[in-house]
Amino acid sequence: MCLAVPMKISEITEGTAICEVDGVRREASLMMLDNAEVGDYVLIHAGFALEKIDPEEAEKTLAIFREVLDAGGGVEL
Amino acid sequence: MKYSSEYRDPELAKALVSAIARDVEGFDGQMTLMEVCGTHTMSIYQHGIRSLLPNQVRLISGPGCPVCVTPIGYVDQAVAYARRPDTIVATFGDMIRVPGSTSNLLREKAQGADVRIVYSPLDALTLAEKNPDKQVVFLGVGFETTAPTIGGSLLEAEKRKLTNYYVLCAHKTMPAPMAALTSDPELKVDGYICPAHVSTVIGSNAYQPLVEKYGIPCVVTGFEPVDMLRGIQLLVRQVVAGEARVECEYSRIVKPAGNRTAQAILSQVFEPCDAEWRGIGLIPDSGLELRAEFQKYNALRVLPVEVEEPKEHQGCLCGEILKGKFTPKQCPLFRKACTPEHPIGACMVSSEGTCAAEYKYGC
Repeated sequence: MCLAVPMKISEITEGTAICEVDGVRREASLMMLDNAEVGDYVLIHAGFALEKIDPEEAEKTLAIFREVLDAGGGVEL
Repeated sequence: MKYSSEYRDPELAKALVSAIARDVEGFDGQMTLMEVCGTHTMSIYQHGIRSLLPNQVRLISGPGCPVCVTPIGYVDQAVAYARRPDTIVATFGDMIRVPGSTSNLLREKAQGADVRIVYSPLDALTLAEKNPDKQVVFLGVGFETTAPTIGGSLLEAEKRKLTNYYVLCAHKTMPAPMAALTSDPELKVDGYICPAHVSTVIGSNAYQPLVEKYGIPCVVTGFEPVDMLRGIQLLVRQVVAGEARVECEYSRIVKPAGNRTAQAILSQVFEPCDAEWRGIGLIPDSGLELRAEFQKYNALRVLPVEVEEPKEHQGCLCGEILKGKFTPKQCPLFRKACTPEHPIGACMVSSEGTCAAEYKYGC
């Protein structure tokens, strides 16, 4: 039930965003986000944008994964 | 899909599987890790995560599916509203086939009731606007991820001055049942895979009291297979080292303090209440009820209905399965009397239920 999908904001009009993923467009309320902008990736749940996806944190997590991979899984992180 | 496909890389998954195996080398006990989120349940089955883990690591599912933990009496109330004249029952899709004591919403719909599946509570609000001569009752089921969307719809109803939109409120909140299960002496949980999108709203700090009071490791992790494996690895390491702290693998979404705007909506519209969890019983301060100024949207108060006496189905082990004490295969009804076509308990009917996941992906 708590399923949520990462989507990219393509338009914003009066507190409502048009979000896109894989060619699907949906409206989402921005009532729970104070500072969303066009181009942001957001997590959409039940017609509301729940949170912005933090690109820096996403990159940090991926960097940790890459280190695990480079070390064949043996790295202490 | 950006922010999803990167976390499905099979090579990364393989590396994490070997890392976990190395982390438990020399650990001669057995550790039990519990997830309390229906989407984690599905991910674990879908990606065959159990089969990738060393023998020392056992994964069990807890009460993480909001539909599954909703008492049967609530479904009976929803059925009673479906039978009420001039009433539209609006709901998320996963409630529609949940068996009540003698009926369910799908059966009522087939017999002529106006039951609509909506994607968002805002769609239910639009239904109310378009049908001013009908009363629209939205089924408010869900944890802290979903409850702010219902809260948001009520704030919007205020703004649009709607007087025919109501909520049948059965929202529940998360850390409370985890504490209840941890203090159950019959159940030994060594670490929690904390619910990811609930944590988006409440923040990873919300698990700090669990760590401090019960010394149990808590890790917030995402739903993609690589997220799941990394989350499990962080928990395994804490258990092996005898440590307990909150860690967050899902930092691209979950912040330590959560989403304060969503929290503000929650506390503006709802207040905490004791709640009945199917299979677990009454847990203090584990539910949400509408505040006094929002009681005018409370279906039960404004639109009273006669509800049948709740009758649980005999032999169904959903309650014990929700606590992680039994697995679906140990239920005598599983795959026999109880199947996704003819579900007896909520764990089979909800697509996120443990029994439905075991039926679909288990062997």
